Amino acid sequence: MEFKNSELLRFTTAGSVDDGKSTLIGRLLYDSKSIYQDQYDAIKTASEKRGEENVNLALLTDGLKSEREQGITIDVAYRYFSTPKRKFIIADTPGHIQYTRNMVTGASTANVALVIVDARHGVVEQTKRHAIIASLLQIPHLVVCINKMDLVDYSQEVYNKVHDDFEAFAAKLDIKDVSFIPISALDGDNVVNRSTNMDWYEGSTLIYYLENVHISSDHNFIDVRFPVQTVIRPYNDDFHDYRGYAGRVAGGVLKKGDDIMLLPSGFTSKISKIQGPDGEQEEAFPPQSVTVLIEDDIDIGRGDMIVRPNNSATVTQDIDLMICWFSSDKQLQLRGKYSILHTSQEVRCIVKDIKYRLDINSLHRDMENKEIKMNEIARISIRTTKPLFVDPYRKNRITGSVIIIDEATNNTVAAGMIV
Amino acid sequence: MSYHINHLKELESESIFILREVAAKFENPVLMFSGGKDSILMVHLAHKAFYPAKIPFTLLHVDTGHNFPETIEYRDGLVEKLGLKLIVGSVDEAIKNGLVTEEKGFDASRNGLQTAVLLDELEKGKFDAALGGARRDEEKARAKERFFSHRDEFGQWDPKNQRPELWNLFNNKHQIGEHFRVFPISNWTELDVWQYLAVEEVELPSLYFSHQREVFKREGTLLADCDYINKRPEEVVYVETVRCRTIGDMTCTGVWESDASTVEDIIKEISTTRMTERGGRTDDKRSETSMEDRKKHGYF
Repeated sequence: MEFKNSELLRFTTAGSVDDGKSTLIGRLLYDSKSIYQDQYDAIKTASEKRGEENVNLALLTDGLKSEREQGITIDVAYRYFSTPKRKFIIADTPGHIQYTRNMVTGASTANVALVIVDARHGVVEQTKRHAIIASLLQIPHLVVCINKMDLVDYSQEVYNKVHDDFEAFAAKLDIKDVSFIPISALDGDNVVNRSTNMDWYEGSTLIYYLENVHISSDHNFIDVRFPVQTVIRPYNDDFHDYRGYAGRVAGGVLKKGDDIMLLPSGFTSKISKIQGPDGEQEEAFPPQSVTVLIEDDIDIGRGDMIVRPNNSATVTQDIDLMICWFSSDKQLQLRGKYSILHTSQEVRCIVKDIKYRLDINSLHRDMENKEIKMNEIARISIRTTKPLFVDPYRKNRITGSVIIIDEATNNTVAAGMIV
Repeated sequence: MSYHINHLKELESESIFILREVAAKFENPVLMFSGGKDSILMVHLAHKAFYPAKIPFTLLHVDTGHNFPETIEYRDGLVEKLGLKLIVGSVDEAIKNGLVTEEKGFDASRNGLQTAVLLDELEKGKFDAALGGARRDEEKARAKERFFSHRDEFGQWDPKNQRPELWNLFNNKHQIGEHFRVFPISNWTELDVWQYLAVEEVELPSLYFSHQREVFKREGTLLADCDYINKRPEEVVYVETVRCRTIGDMTCTGVWESDASTVEDIIKEISTTRMTERGGRTDDKRSETSMEDRKKHGYF
């Protein structure tokens, strides 16, 4: 069965309102034969009801009543399609009102970000904002899709200009891998099928890129990090003294027989057994969910972390973060107290300092106006009630990330990346 | 050395992670079990997540009284095999007690009545999390659903005001009386589910495989003939070789002409079909947003 070798790739799409993002997604789904006949018929009927001339592929993702009434996308929508090589999860993030919040959400788990640029307008403020977020969230691969090439006569000069402008801007950011693809989502050029209108372009089509981009080193396989989620205790005669530590590997490769160290206690032991979903396994790596057994009888619970003795996470109560603020009705409070989730730990924290607000269009660090409202990015310092076991976000996206929760409303008010 | 796992193992790992989060973070979680393949998958994953310990969730089945008999038989077998606790919420009793009123007419269905019974059982059991096997690819309102989906004290879903979900950090904070619906297999598609069930050789109810059944046609959908449906005079019953692609109530679950008799046949069939899985669900066809409307009021 060929699906047994198929990998999973998650990508997010970012674009401004009229640059054809929904059309591109519709095109990918349609040309890869991932839209069913009854779905197509349903959106065709709905498009006609709304008096639209063409079948509006955006209606595939805009499912909620108010989205259909207002003709806008409100929330991140997840779409799925697959080719024989890979299964894809698209986090389709809408480009207005809660744009930063939505894009950050979609970006947090993505391997690839598609940034869509209207060929007629070139690199605009929105494009820069999307690139900054992709950089901040450390999305490993970025593709600039230069769309609507049909409206600029498939001009190579236009493509070159977007390419050069974007590269000049991206040089200031922390982006590792950027590609550029000229497309027409409306007609399908270079999306799934190679364009016959742009012989000067020798790169791959979008789907070829998505099927082949190297993602197996997107995880950290060097530094062992295993946050304990829960303890498995069967309490029956067959497994009398069984104590297993369940969790999902956040970094590194754990092997049977390895020396390990426990945080926060600092006790050391050895891995005696790794139980996986299909039985015992010799090693475990990200993103596998396993149960680890150790040789010694040490008290371990949820929130503890297994590392290697010579390669520990940083144990600290003082943390610097880049945050994206989500709340529309409350702004970030200096000296304010919040709940914070990090790996399997939940603690409280106090905001000790707001260092600067990052102007997302110019990259300017504003130290004067430090009011942090919805969609804004800031650098802050916090102190937590208990030590967390952290890595810089650049090094590990799982042990380097937190969410901040308002204690009065229980809402998630910010996402944070550890500096 | 290259470390990577295929898409099914990655989905499995993600779902196991969520199931363990629920066991660790909630006081009293329950697993909603319908007897369909998605809830069977959920039980299978939960078994793996906590092995060799028992599954730490009670099962809750809302029985409309209109289930296929094969579903009930399968449910009882599974519960016995894994030594699980099962609660059955009965729509029949809810009608008798006056909690809900039976719909009338030709398209009468107890689908909507399940909501009141479900909310009633969640309240009675003081459950703070209800695990469900809904998937985002099933339906457009479900495409916007979170893994951890907050419900207020009336069990309502507010799709415009959902908590953002980032990385693998799930905010389950809630006031007393509120609860969460948790959907560990959100990212699986119908095809993923079947591929996985094939690889894992999971035993399934006979309804999913091709069999002979008395059926009739209504608005393009084949329905299984049973005492619960009021037939119009022109609706003629005949025997057809069919299978179920989803399993719900007999009144609203369409059956498909199919001779797929193994899981491999089913994978082949749905890889080439041009119709979605819920295309035969008359409960979804009541309006363009019928799933969203039902979900807002607390439907699963």
